[in-house]
Amino acid sequence: MNNTQKVFIALGVLGLAGPLLKDIVYPVFLMNVLCFALFACAFNLLLGFTGLLSFGHAAYFGFAAYVTGHACKEWGLTPELGVLAGTLVAAGLGFVIGSLAIRRAGIYLAMITLAMSQLVFFVCLQAKFTGGEDGIQGIPRGKFLGLVDLTDNVSLYYFVFGVFVLGFALIYRTIHSPFGQILKSIRENEPRAISLGYDADKFKLVAFVLSAALSGMAGSTKSLVNQLASLADVHWHMSGEVVLMTLLGGMGTVFGPIVGALTVKGLEHYLAEQGSWVTIVTGAIFVVCVLAFRRGIVGELAALFKR
Amino acid sequence: MSEVFGIPLQALLSQLLIGLVNGSFYAMLSLGLAVIFGLLNIINFSHGALYMMGAYGAWMGLTYLGLNYWVCLLLAPLAVGLVGVVIERTMLQRLYKLDHLYGLLLTFGLALIIEGLYRQAYGVSGQPYPVPELLKGATNLGFMFLPNYRAWVLVASLAVCFATWYVIERTKLGAYLRAGTENPRLVQAFGVNVPLMVTLTYGFGVALAGFAGVLASPIIQVNPLMGSNLIIVVFAVVVIGGMGSIMGAIVTGLGLGLIEGLTKVFYPELSATVVFIIMAIVLLVRPAGLFGREK
Repeated sequence: MNNTQKVFIALGVLGLAGPLLKDIVYPVFLMNVLCFALFACAFNLLLGFTGLLSFGHAAYFGFAAYVTGHACKEWGLTPELGVLAGTLVAAGLGFVIGSLAIRRAGIYLAMITLAMSQLVFFVCLQAKFTGGEDGIQGIPRGKFLGLVDLTDNVSLYYFVFGVFVLGFALIYRTIHSPFGQILKSIRENEPRAISLGYDADKFKLVAFVLSAALSGMAGSTKSLVNQLASLADVHWHMSGEVVLMTLLGGMGTVFGPIVGALTVKGLEHYLAEQGSWVTIVTGAIFVVCVLAFRRGIVGELAALFKR
Repeated sequence: MSEVFGIPLQALLSQLLIGLVNGSFYAMLSLGLAVIFGLLNIINFSHGALYMMGAYGAWMGLTYLGLNYWVCLLLAPLAVGLVGVVIERTMLQRLYKLDHLYGLLLTFGLALIIEGLYRQAYGVSGQPYPVPELLKGATNLGFMFLPNYRAWVLVASLAVCFATWYVIERTKLGAYLRAGTENPRLVQAFGVNVPLMVTLTYGFGVALAGFAGVLASPIIQVNPLMGSNLIIVVFAVVVIGGMGSIMGAIVTGLGLGLIEGLTKVFYPELSATVVFIIMAIVLLVRPAGLFGREK
């Protein structure tokens, strides 16, 4: 059994045992961590494996949350259909923004995605269905497939865990497929990938849409967990947060974003009462990561084990 | 009272003026970003935070030290520039050999730290800053009342923008700078101290942001979030203009401010988003930006 398989089994057992830890960690916190871990993994597909830094992923995450919230609350959709609706809308949004953004590379791409996500933010602020400053509150958790009541935290936990495993498996398959190899080759040397006959823009766009869709799936699920879709989810702070999770955990690693999401969310949880210190500490972690710790936690650990 | 498309001329002109004033802030900030990007290949995400520091510099100077507006207009940008020099020397300098994205991430982190510290110290509510005595009141131009302070902001920022353009495009120092943008190693080989030039360029770019911050302080409430709200719009301005030319940055900034002002008159719902929509259109038609060069 190799190391990756061991980590898989350990994570799987830990994930399944989540609700048993309810005396140590608050279940809603764990579910939030799972949602953010999926968000960060989806983001990592783009940054770590395709080399595109999007600074506007909050748009897909937050907008999908609104869509799911609206679908479940106003149309009475079941939770799995609500999440599906959010995911599809996020994919569409990803297609539109992605087609624009990949017309430029590097830092321009980061600025374009940031600007477009700000556009989405203002739309969410002004549109009727999002509830403006109030957001959508009291989103019903509903019954999974119309059968299992998700108001119970344990059933909801397994629903969220299921969504996470589904998303993570898709990402894992993607990066280990021939398609994923081409993405990596574009990251390493785009002109060469093009000269080998690959239509780099098409591959980038597919990666972009996939990443946006899975980010949306994470946002949709989160809106069910917290029963709330709010402006905070579409704000650029959220885009920065997912960059941080990926960077801190280790971009381009399989498990890094999960570790990053757990660390950042844990930190926010314990610093929540300290006001602006969350922002300051977040900024400081950014600076330290960039200056001294570019491989991230998992990247450094992997390098340690290889020696 | 004369009207244009059903809008009173008075209202139209005053919105246009507000648009131009906003545009001059876009121009100064995108100019600083362009100068920094040219030499350092870094997009300075902390630009907005440093602009906010400039505004707070003016407010703190007045509140704690009793320094008047004019002294602060000189000192605050210098202080911000000094902060920039320290940032460049201690941190940015280590990143030049890496992917440009790391510069963006580092300055983003710095922006969060600066913003957080100011929020911790002063809260999120704004601090009012009085208009200097000399520029109070308004002048009657016959067809509209022109607030003196806004007129001053327009004149001062245009003067600074064109002075910057002149120094970069028409002087020997500017020639070194432009050469450094094209090929820093060759310029270094000719005996120019390129690392020093890079440091001073960064310092100058962020001092421009600080200057804009002081100019803005009597117009808007000085608050810790004023920079981050502005910087995203400025990023869109930079994408629209392309970072290839100094004059391009100035013209695009002013132009977009005007368009934003017009939108406020004719279709207010779009005024917050119009710049982003224009950015999307420009990307479809001319991906390199209006004044940019495809690399």
